Amino acid sequence: MMTVFSPAGSIRRRLVVILLVVAAVLAGLLFVSVRTVANTAVETTQDAILGAATVAIAEELRGGEDGLTIDIPYAAFSMLGATGQDRVFYRILVGAETVTGYADLPLPDAPLSGLKPTFFSQQYDGDVVRTGAVSRSVLVDGRSQIVTVLVAQTRTAQDAISRQMANQAATLGLGFFAFAAILSIFTARSVLTPLNRLAEAMGRRGPQDLRPVDRAVPTELAPLMQALNGFIARLRGALTRTETFITEAAHHVRTPLATVRVQAEIAMRQTDDDALRATLRNIIRAVDDSARSAGQLLDHATVVYRADQRADELVALGPLVLDVVDSFSPTADMRDIALRVDAPDEVIALQFDRLLIESALRNLIDNAVKYSYADSIVDVQLSTDGTFAKLQVLDRGRGIGDGNSVQLVARFKRGENVGDVVGSGLGLTIVRDVTRAIGGSFDIKERQGGGTCAILLLPLA
Amino acid sequence: MRHIIIAAGLTLWASIAGAYEIEEEAVFEGGEAELSILSTTDTEVFAPLIAAFQASNPGVTLRYTVATSQQVFAALQEDAAFDLAISSAMDLQLKLANDGFAVPHASTETAALPDWARWRDQLFAFSQEPVVIIASKAAFDGKPPRTRAELIDVLRDDPARFVGRIGTYDPMISGAGYLFATQDARQSDTSWRLAEVVGGLNPKLFTTSGSMISEVQSGELALAYNVLGSYASQRLSGGDAVMIEALDFTHVLLRTALIPRTAERADLGATFLDFLLSAEGQQLVENETGMPRINEAALAAGPHLRPIRLDPGLLVFMDPLMRQQFLNEWTAAVVQD
Repeated sequence: MMTVFSPAGSIRRRLVVILLVVAAVLAGLLFVSVRTVANTAVETTQDAILGAATVAIAEELRGGEDGLTIDIPYAAFSMLGATGQDRVFYRILVGAETVTGYADLPLPDAPLSGLKPTFFSQQYDGDVVRTGAVSRSVLVDGRSQIVTVLVAQTRTAQDAISRQMANQAATLGLGFFAFAAILSIFTARSVLTPLNRLAEAMGRRGPQDLRPVDRAVPTELAPLMQALNGFIARLRGALTRTETFITEAAHHVRTPLATVRVQAEIAMRQTDDDALRATLRNIIRAVDDSARSAGQLLDHATVVYRADQRADELVALGPLVLDVVDSFSPTADMRDIALRVDAPDEVIALQFDRLLIESALRNLIDNAVKYSYADSIVDVQLSTDGTFAKLQVLDRGRGIGDGNSVQLVARFKRGENVGDVVGSGLGLTIVRDVTRAIGGSFDIKERQGGGTCAILLLPLA
Repeated sequence: MRHIIIAAGLTLWASIAGAYEIEEEAVFEGGEAELSILSTTDTEVFAPLIAAFQASNPGVTLRYTVATSQQVFAALQEDAAFDLAISSAMDLQLKLANDGFAVPHASTETAALPDWARWRDQLFAFSQEPVVIIASKAAFDGKPPRTRAELIDVLRDDPARFVGRIGTYDPMISGAGYLFATQDARQSDTSWRLAEVVGGLNPKLFTTSGSMISEVQSGELALAYNVLGSYASQRLSGGDAVMIEALDFTHVLLRTALIPRTAERADLGATFLDFLLSAEGQQLVENETGMPRINEAALAAGPHLRPIRLDPGLLVFMDPLMRQQFLNEWTAAVVQD
């Protein structure tokens, strides 16, 4: 009876998501910084060329008797834009008067100073242009005049290089992200390995296994381990106390019941009154049933307790079966039920706690006898296939009715067709617990032609 | 057969729309849609291409207008409506594209062009023509010069033989002449020395390659300098005049096309451009017009061949002040009164 957990999220998913988010942020930062650095580098380079062109023109300006002469070096324009694919505009002014070039090319906002060119970007003729501007003092007609040179180029080449850089930066970012994603999955897996191993080890435990968990775990799991072991210890304590209580209770009930039974038998022998005898007989039956239930409770407690702390030994199954069947002979004889044992000559040996096996056998055969009709046969068949010992108990009783075998073996659950027979509902539970502890299997089903067929498979020693 | 109307002869006449002048206009009737091309290339040279284009694009009437490269430039600067502008003046075309007069166009055909044969998806070259020297073998005793240095030596050795018999473009009038002269000047100092030497020989200045070739063939000229090879190769065969690709360097002119921003049927302009650049169009350019197709392998095979780069460097000599200075220097060197 497992409680189905609805997990509140997954640590691995959380870990992976967090790592991916971190990776994405880092990849984004990488992309942005690579782009920024690349753009700055490209712009600086382009400005350097633009500046060289501007200065080259300014250097060739000559004052003279008959006004200003200019000599634009061919290379000054030819070299603009690495690919030669940029539009080029220029403007040369003497004072505020444009002497040549594009007269509407905008001037810089701030006045120019020094020998170094100034750069600025603006819109011109439908394109964004980068302008380099430099001014010189030139002697024209014997007067010192400020001559300004502006050279502007569109940013086609720069944009193309920037786009290429952006693509490379994006590829780099994506590559980084993909790499980080793979790493994060591995990391999550690696981090969760101890936890998974612990969960697996706990999952493999049998239902009765209440030993403390003794595993080397990472520091972070130590508190969980301590809490788990503390819990297990408390559970064991509680179980032990319960079983002890049941044992004590059964014991304390059985002793006075035996006394009552003896007293009732003595009384029956001493009276001739039929009505009284009938009453006494009922009392004896009731006492018997109570004693049986108490016995089964005791058995069950024993099984639960001993499954935990077993005294394993080599048990020969054949003689044990015969012994148990023998012990039922008086009860069976009273109702004319024949008990037939069919066991092979070879020794079928199990490595297990003798008391537990005996208790399982007793309960099986007790059930078979109890639910058999008078004057019928109960067959106990023992066989082996080399790996498992197979014990079948077959009766011609009332069968298991509509209830399925899983329900029947539940504690205090009884079949729906047994209302008239006294029972505790513990018998099959005991059988199941023993089978589990030994690592075998137990099945109970309708027998062909009526009755019940109980099959016990127990691993050989 | 297509009905071809030659609307105007070889007379210069002012167009109605603007101040630019055209030389000739031909309408190749096809259908409702009209594609108008402004070009520096003569109608008869382009006619086979136009016929092939109309064969694969039926329903297109093609108006083909011929003007000088300066007038093509002027027309587009005045925003005259043409769907395609074809010119041999690379500098003017690049200036138009740089100043925003062209619209971009991208297709598989333009993408297939080598990088040096296009600029910004706006300017596309469809032929490469070496700028050559035409020499009369007789004038050079059967040993025409192979480099500019050799030419200078020959001219210096026997100036009397060449006085008045050297021809070249007048860069003040001819756009192509100006482009060749400026490219020469920037390529090497030898060209200035050559200009000085030629200047001492009272050179004759021309405005077209054709007339120079004719005069060499007729023996009036001993040598014509900076002639478009495509015109020459068609007309020189077996005669006295030979075509020389100078081995020190020979510029290669790229004939370019652009789609003006004023195009009314830019789609048709683009279709014609793609046709020009397609394998079929290129084959026709080479076989029917005599203009060599764009061919990277041919350039690689001739180490002396220098295609004039389609880049903003071409803008330098478009500057009015630069132009004035250059022409002053050139005149001082060549026109020695």
